[in-house]
Amino acid sequence: MIREFNVNDVLYLVAAMRWTLALTAIAFAGGGLVGLLIALFRVSSFPPLRWIGTIYVLAVQGTPLLAWLFVFFFGLSIVGVEVSPWIAAAASYSIYAGAFLGEIWRGALQAIPRQQWEAGSSLGLSFGQQLRYIIVPQATRLAIPPTVGFLVQLIKNTSLAAVIGFVELTREGQLTTATTFRPFTVYLTVAALYFLLCFPLTQASRRLERRMLHGAH
Amino acid sequence: MRVSYTFQFRDVFAASDFLLDGLILTLELSLVTMIAGLVIGMAGAAARVYGPRWLARAVAVYVEAIRNTPLIVQLFLIFFGLPSAGVKFDADTAAMVALSINLGAYTVEIVRAGLEAIPRSQIEAGQSLGLSPFQIFRYVIIFPALRLMFPSLASQFILMMLATSVVSQISAQDLFQAASIIQSRTFRDFEVYAVVAGVYLALALLFRLLFAGLYHVIFARRAR
Repeated sequence: MIREFNVNDVLYLVAAMRWTLALTAIAFAGGGLVGLLIALFRVSSFPPLRWIGTIYVLAVQGTPLLAWLFVFFFGLSIVGVEVSPWIAAAASYSIYAGAFLGEIWRGALQAIPRQQWEAGSSLGLSFGQQLRYIIVPQATRLAIPPTVGFLVQLIKNTSLAAVIGFVELTREGQLTTATTFRPFTVYLTVAALYFLLCFPLTQASRRLERRMLHGAH
Repeated sequence: MRVSYTFQFRDVFAASDFLLDGLILTLELSLVTMIAGLVIGMAGAAARVYGPRWLARAVAVYVEAIRNTPLIVQLFLIFFGLPSAGVKFDADTAAMVALSINLGAYTVEIVRAGLEAIPRSQIEAGQSLGLSPFQIFRYVIIFPALRLMFPSLASQFILMMLATSVVSQISAQDLFQAASIIQSRTFRDFEVYAVVAGVYLALALLFRLLFAGLYHVIFARRAR
């Protein structure tokens, strides 16, 4: 039955935002682990590790996120595993975010002058110690603004999980449209809610970047 | 439990007509979007940097609204939402409109950053050499700025080519939608999506090469 779009629908949409946020958190945690590994692979002095890192980034950044979602959600059923949208989404987003975060963090690591590594090694620090005490603390400062910027991409891209039936903000919008038949109002509301999540982060990323460029210590 | 599954790519390749038709639409969408995005981006950036204040504000609102909302929601708003306001598109047109509006917003920011990276002193140097405003725009501003923004533009365009896959969700018959159709006929889920992902990857690499070549042709052979 078709009914009016009312304030309850807005509340349902707002409530669905928590699944958008939950998926973003999972993607960021999983993608962060993968990304850390990829960034370290790519600055490694052992060439095969660097190649693996490069190929991973090239492959993931060269395929649509939608394809990963479909491969995990539909594709894995062939080996007799029934995959829930949660698992499929968590896996796809970790793979996807890992490639982008890996590139961002590699850039930050490589922006630290070589002499800093050399200074560490001349002090007798091991590779791990150089990373931990010298490189990472400096690289973190550089990496924060683009990482926050990527978080905005991630929040927006969680909307794609709707197509495998993961109920988050966009999927809730589709469901609400189906019952109220007011697509314009519903999707405009959905867009406004995404904007509320993303815009402050965009601003924060921009502010952090500006502060870094002007060298505030 | 023993899992045994034989991969069968034959069914997927038997439907290569579908894939080819889809591929053509994906390429069309990508090219149209890149051109429209570039035009919107250049005009928008010029308006933001050199335009009157109200116009610069309006462009800023457009850029922020698009960059802080998901593409798929923009697509749904245009394809499902606008008809109730009396504006109707077929799926292909809606896809082109949504993708162009989306890419345009990102391009404005890239081009603007490029324009703002040209130091004022360079423009003044051009003036003191007696160059006309048009000559200054052409040789001092746009050319060096394009060179600076080229890599960002190229990667944004490639990301957009991959993102065209969402138009399958309004059933535009692109490469990804072709995969869904083959899937529903053959039930070779894994194979079909693996093949399609491979095609996208090949396209992404091809575009990379193309852009690198273009950069070389336009910029690398000239003196700085």
